[in-house]
Amino acid sequence: MSAAQTAPVRSKAFLAASRLGAGFGTSLAKLSREPLGMFGFIVLAVLIVVALFAPLIAPFSPTAQNLPNALQAPSWTHWAGTDEFGRDILSRLIYGTRITVQTVFAVTIIVGPIGMLIGIVAGFVGGRTDAILMRITDIVLSFPSLILALAFAAALGAGLETAIIAISLTGWPPIARLARAETLLVRNTDYVAAARLYGASPLRLLFRYIAPMCIPSVVVRLTMNMAGIILTAAALGFLGLGAQPPAPEWGAMISSGRKFMLDNWWVAVMPGVAILITSLAFNLAGDALRDILDPRHDRS
Amino acid sequence: MTVPDPILTVRDLTVRFARSSVKAVNGVSFDLGAERLGVVGESGSGKSTVGRALMRLLPPSATTEASQLDFEGAPLLTRSEREMRRLRGNDMALIMQDPRYSLNPVLPIGKQVAEAAMLHFKLGKKDAYARAADMLGRVRIADVARTMDLYPHQISGGMGQRVMIAMMLLAKPRLVIADEPTSALDVSVRGDVLRLLDDLVRENNSGLLLISHDIRMVAAFCERILVMYKGVVVETLTKLEDAQHPYTRGLIAAMPDPRNPVRRLQVLDRKAIDAVGVQP
Amino acid sequence: MIDVKDLSVAFGQGEARKQVVKSVSLSVAKGETLGIVGESGCGKSTVLRSLAGLDRHWEGEIKLAGTAVAKTRTREQLLLAQMVFQDPYSSIHPRHRIERVLVEPMQSMKRGDGWDKVGPALEQVGLPAAFAERFPHELSGGQRQRVAIARALMLEPEVLLLDEPTSALDVSVQAEVLNLLSDLREQRNLTYVLVSHDLAVIGHMCDRVLVMKDGSFVDELTRDDLKHGRTHSDYARELFAASYL
Repeated sequence: MSAAQTAPVRSKAFLAASRLGAGFGTSLAKLSREPLGMFGFIVLAVLIVVALFAPLIAPFSPTAQNLPNALQAPSWTHWAGTDEFGRDILSRLIYGTRITVQTVFAVTIIVGPIGMLIGIVAGFVGGRTDAILMRITDIVLSFPSLILALAFAAALGAGLETAIIAISLTGWPPIARLARAETLLVRNTDYVAAARLYGASPLRLLFRYIAPMCIPSVVVRLTMNMAGIILTAAALGFLGLGAQPPAPEWGAMISSGRKFMLDNWWVAVMPGVAILITSLAFNLAGDALRDILDPRHDRS
Repeated sequence: MTVPDPILTVRDLTVRFARSSVKAVNGVSFDLGAERLGVVGESGSGKSTVGRALMRLLPPSATTEASQLDFEGAPLLTRSEREMRRLRGNDMALIMQDPRYSLNPVLPIGKQVAEAAMLHFKLGKKDAYARAADMLGRVRIADVARTMDLYPHQISGGMGQRVMIAMMLLAKPRLVIADEPTSALDVSVRGDVLRLLDDLVRENNSGLLLISHDIRMVAAFCERILVMYKGVVVETLTKLEDAQHPYTRGLIAAMPDPRNPVRRLQVLDRKAIDAVGVQP
Repeated sequence: MIDVKDLSVAFGQGEARKQVVKSVSLSVAKGETLGIVGESGCGKSTVLRSLAGLDRHWEGEIKLAGTAVAKTRTREQLLLAQMVFQDPYSSIHPRHRIERVLVEPMQSMKRGDGWDKVGPALEQVGLPAAFAERFPHELSGGQRQRVAIARALMLEPEVLLLDEPTSALDVSVQAEVLNLLSDLREQRNLTYVLVSHDLAVIGHMCDRVLVMKDGSFVDELTRDDLKHGRTHSDYARELFAASYL
């Protein structure tokens, strides 16, 4: 008995790790029943690996110009062809994943906590706080993110950081609304009532009781949002407001490929395909995540 | 167990849900004539699944098998979904725990009842509304004119069950399956709803299958009781006093009775029940 | 233990204002079990939630253990009475393990981390200590209600407020939970206020029963009255007749 009493203290970390492993295992088992979601996750995993090891994977430098070799059609040396400066498009796409992953994660890390905090505070406190926060949310929601990014680029100069800030600024309201709706549901449950009875402080209620219930739907929503972020980032790049040349941003690559589109289709199409597949993968992964995390949408 | 001129004949009804080897309903057999038959059991005993299987309302993941399942002499399991829809509207009816889910939430009560009247008696609009008002009066709804303009969410559970019964009075089903029709209701209206149900089945000479967890209420209301445990009918009773199976006895003893106060209630001895076995 | 004088509760403003509880008074002695029976909407749950401190729309006077409590409770006042809710599926946080559910009251009240009390608390309500590892969805309804009772007892309150504690449970499970409540009452000399629509449950558990209708108490029955089916008002008689007693 004494051994059993000391054991939990020692093995708390081990226990947490084994629980996490078990939870991951069941999630993986659920995922295996969703081939499309599995495809989405695999594509995302590949994307991240490629981004991490871009210098090792890319066959050529993304910026090295080779003018005699310009506008080559796809071949065994240049799988995706070359652009107007003779740069290998595949290598540029591979390096481009770094920009894409960076944008997506930066925006998500900014948008998720801000949106959630505003949403759960508005929902939990209610009254005037709720009204003020939600009206701000409505106002921000009515800004078109592209126009705002244009304004930002004009004020701060075009660049990847500006693009990230601009997308984040318009990205949090949907998250805030979602978190608020979840909070309103959770706030009136019996388990929160019970917690009030045993004296749980408002902060404890917010972080221990309400936030955990909002996280699954927020994570799902964020994953779905990532597809939109990629498209917006590409659009900004296309307009010349994202990452600046010679950085291999996918949107900017389409933009420059536009001029040669009729004769040299691959210059614009290859980055287009990359954007399409990545954004599709995020959508599929988001859908699968919802089925795993949110039992309310269970289809079976 | 044989009943003269049965409305419903069930032999070896077995229901299995996908991905589960356990049979939710396992070899249930009974006949239902123009009578009130109760099905009693705990949650998970398969009693509601029986009701839904008879209505063919189980989700597609469920497989329903029976060596015989006849409604008014014709097999049920082989009918097309279209025929079943016609049957469900006219000849068999299901009353559920919360009537507000069975009514159309965006139509006023009066209109819904009147539409049932139009459908079954080919009446004009004006006559149908008159008929509907008449029926709502018969189920003892106090202020009929006002109630007819209300929407389902504006009425109480007891009133909702009365509206459901009024619609059934129009359709005159041969078989009424009532799944916990009173458990969402206050005790004082439970009696009324049961009496109305009784009037309904007597008038149409139809059969009533009353599914409930409340063994005492079922015993007071039904002529026969099937006791279900783990998907099997363990006992068929006409009086509670005749109960032999330890499960039935345990259920009865577990109910508190202020007239015979005890310090501790008897609890189900599941081991003893499983030792006796759950085969009928 | 509990003294309530002229408790009134009204919800809403102006025209829509609805008087749910109409100036009721009651008192419960230490170790006694008081039942409040009535139909949905009669105000019985509102009385209980006002006693617990969850509803703050009340007027009148509520005394717990001799001290008058305000609408917002202090920690010491919250310690006096805890509540068990009707639906065990919604009264336990779905993402907390049982051990977390049980230590939360201790940690919220700053009474230590409480981890060492989880095992004994589970055993006391007849559950194996190994259940601490589980999530609520891995437990049956009856087991969850036991956890809810254990949680309510973590702070060792003297009063337990029970809001239809068994009406979501099967009869056989109801018997187990009611037995548990009887045993705990004996072991800890607890005072119960039990609200239910089920006269049989109320009659089994309570020393005294108040019959509530439209926000007022219309009858008071003793254990002996219940045994012999004696009532003092028409409404209580109707209720008796309808309960198939």
